[in-house]
Amino acid sequence: MAKHHVSTTINGEPVEYLCEPQQTMLDVLRDELNLTGSKEGCSSGDCGACTIICDGKIVCSCLMLGVEAEGRTITTIEGVAQGEKLHPVQQKFLEHAALQCGFCTPGLIVAAKALLDENLNPTEEETRYWLAGNLCRCTGYDKIIRAVLDAAAVMRGEAR
Amino acid sequence: MAADGGFKVVGTRPIRPDGVDKVTGRANFGADMQMPGMLWGKIKRSPHAHARIVSINTDKAMALPGVRAVVTRADFPDVPKERAFIGAAPHNLRDLSRNCMAAGKVLYEGHAVAAVAATTPAIAEQALDLIEVAYEVLPHVMDVEAAMASDAPVLHDDIFTAGIEPKPDKPSNIAKLVRFAKGDVEAGFAEADLVIERRYTTKPVHQAYIEPHACLVSVAPDGQTTIWSSSQGQFMVRAYTSRICGADIANIRAIPAEIGGGFGGKTIIYLEPVAYMLSKKSGRPVKIVMSREDVFRATGPTSGAVVEVKLGAKRDGRVSAIRTVLKYQSGAFPGSPVQQGCICALAVYDWPTAETVGYDVLCNRPKVAAYRAPGAPIGSFAVESCMDEMARELKIDPLKLREINGARDGTKATHGPTWVNIGYQKTLEAARAHAHLRAPLGPNQGRGIASGYWHNAGGESSAACHVNEDGTVTVTEGHPDIGGSRASMAIMVAETLGVPFETVRPVVGDTTAIGFSASTGGSRVTFAGGMAVTRSAEKVIEELKKRAAVTWDISPEAVEWRDGKAYPAGANAGSFEPLSLADIAARAARTGGPISAEVQINAQGQGPGFATHICDVEVDRETGHVKILRYTAIQDVGRAIHPSYVEGQMQGGVAQGVGWALSEEYIYDQDGRLENPGFLDYRVPVASDMPMIDTVIVEVPNPRHPFGARGCGEVPIVPPMAAVANAIEDAIGIRLRDLPMSPPKVLAALDAEAPAPLRAAAE
Repeated sequence: MAKHHVSTTINGEPVEYLCEPQQTMLDVLRDELNLTGSKEGCSSGDCGACTIICDGKIVCSCLMLGVEAEGRTITTIEGVAQGEKLHPVQQKFLEHAALQCGFCTPGLIVAAKALLDENLNPTEEETRYWLAGNLCRCTGYDKIIRAVLDAAAVMRGEAR
Repeated sequence: MAADGGFKVVGTRPIRPDGVDKVTGRANFGADMQMPGMLWGKIKRSPHAHARIVSINTDKAMALPGVRAVVTRADFPDVPKERAFIGAAPHNLRDLSRNCMAAGKVLYEGHAVAAVAATTPAIAEQALDLIEVAYEVLPHVMDVEAAMASDAPVLHDDIFTAGIEPKPDKPSNIAKLVRFAKGDVEAGFAEADLVIERRYTTKPVHQAYIEPHACLVSVAPDGQTTIWSSSQGQFMVRAYTSRICGADIANIRAIPAEIGGGFGGKTIIYLEPVAYMLSKKSGRPVKIVMSREDVFRATGPTSGAVVEVKLGAKRDGRVSAIRTVLKYQSGAFPGSPVQQGCICALAVYDWPTAETVGYDVLCNRPKVAAYRAPGAPIGSFAVESCMDEMARELKIDPLKLREINGARDGTKATHGPTWVNIGYQKTLEAARAHAHLRAPLGPNQGRGIASGYWHNAGGESSAACHVNEDGTVTVTEGHPDIGGSRASMAIMVAETLGVPFETVRPVVGDTTAIGFSASTGGSRVTFAGGMAVTRSAEKVIEELKKRAAVTWDISPEAVEWRDGKAYPAGANAGSFEPLSLADIAARAARTGGPISAEVQINAQGQGPGFATHICDVEVDRETGHVKILRYTAIQDVGRAIHPSYVEGQMQGGVAQGVGWALSEEYIYDQDGRLENPGFLDYRVPVASDMPMIDTVIVEVPNPRHPFGARGCGEVPIVPPMAAVANAIEDAIGIRLRDLPMSPPKVLAALDAEAPAPLRAAAE
């Protein structure tokens, strides 16, 4: 079967690739582009470990086809930090010890960044429901929620 | 360092050394590695719960372009029956081998029967469909009591119940019987004012680490092998692969990938031997990554169980006797954690008399794997629920009942030891003092209390401490970092050397870089690994003192080490400017060469861990949904080396326990096929299911650890199921004894107990 040629933008850079029609965006990121920060936990859209931002919306990249990226703008975990400067969500995850094994972390950080892109002042409940599609089996979510709320405060200029 | 603390680094909360890698996507987990020429492996699995393999034809699969190797049982050597103590629990290597690839019979749906390696995952998948397996389907048995019946289908005709004299003459699904007793339990019951008998049941639950099992194995033509895989122990991976594949240990280098959760479920292997055989046959590196479905059907879980409790007490609340009977599913091969269940469920109290009997029961389910405090949560759910039921019968505050009967220093535990330096009563004191206990409750809300115990563990660990040329320090350990242990190791080394945390870089070494180390499990790493890294740092200090002595031309005994510097030990030693680690490192070549120390230990003296949890719930009478309103976990950890990660262990254990209590279960159809092998239908707690989880760290130092650590990861999963059940009864007056307490069950219980007028009103 012929491969498809796709032109897209990933983490601010123009990217071209060839992919099989059945390949998921997650497969393309991980196996074709070597962007292995996005993780596969279920391949059914239930765990959120593969979360990316596509044209401003969070999607499970395991539920998106590689060919669907044509002409779109995509952010993965590799594009969340700006050079050496971590995003406040990343910094607060570290400070709050909001990760244990770290496998769900990329998806959670991408999802939390997307939340704060949209709403700089989420309540605890809004944060919990926004992140309900990202499973974490290690932390019990407590420190993750605190990290995201603290990052929001930093981005509002109310905390450091 | 004072016994009550006074530490500079221990007890602080620095950012973990591997943190930035993990928040930026740099960290490499099991499935993240590639090798040149790599093939993709896939495993064909049984669709039947129990069947004889009549034949396997791989011709069509081999003929598919892109397929480079197919393996079946015929490619694996026979492994003799032999128990090996590697990792968290002993395993029979023959069983482990046959769990990786079925021999003669398949014993559960999902049991591996063949595997392929191909140039792409899609071709490998296609090839699986071309492998023809003919089965003779056999009757199957799924549940413990059915499997214990004399007319049950027998899984193994060579297993006779162990623990019975004389040896039985008929094979049985009861692989083992264990029994512990203390005192005359019948006399204890005769003394009681009240005796209650209850039966509790639990379903199998999966560890549900988010990272599926994954490995990449390269076998060169000369046999030299590299294994990159995600596990709780690279030495465990090496040992098991070696034995199952008939390879020399020296030829295998096992590299620990970052591990995306394990909770005990990655203390054994499933894929590495299969990838090894595919790589050997194809001459190419082979990567295998499980799907989530594979993970559910073929790995983990922990046992489903039936637990019967008979409990006797006096009117004043003193217990007089307990008898527990635990029947645990082991799955397709022997080895449920029933013995730990028997021990741990009774370890919390001072029983005048007690008897416990455990059955390890085979059934046509995946072989159970260790899951966080293996066995303890199941038995404890029963005993802690029954204690609460007794408290209600006696009209005694359940916390008071625990204060009266709780284990103390000097209490002789049912399984033998006499407790010393235990912190159980301190957890009760902390519970008694906590504001949570006095917070008001609304309608349909209730509060439950439960306690729990886990041994924690010691064992074999290695560590190497290297002073680098600039005076920074590299410490190499042998335990995969599953939840922040690099930070703990660096803290203990920094504390010992008297240097800043940031100058110590911890590394998890592969099997060629550090000496043998048992797996990450049993809550042993901070204890045993911590002891090893601390001793390596102490040896380095001895060497640093010698180097200072050479520099000053005085005796090493005249040098003392404090705050990261060598000082002359008093005026008689002479007058010299202190030498820092960097000063000494810079002159190392002139004072004797590189400065390093490696230590190997078999750590003894792990400290028992106790916890007490308080849980508030609200029950929705319309839907049967139970909401966790508030949760407080109190635990004696000995010493919190990095308190944030200790809290994280406690919170994570609670969340897993809440899932076990309310929503998680394996659902099989009548043919023994799993109906919910995915996260949509196997429901682990999500962020919106949980409240914040308050933690109270109790520190009763373990005198056998340099900083007092006991271990902390496992205890917190023990109390939650009973805490939730006890809270539900407090909320609605109904006792639930069957996990999970999911909405349909809660609703059915509400409907059954509602008085007729109320029921009519609801309708």
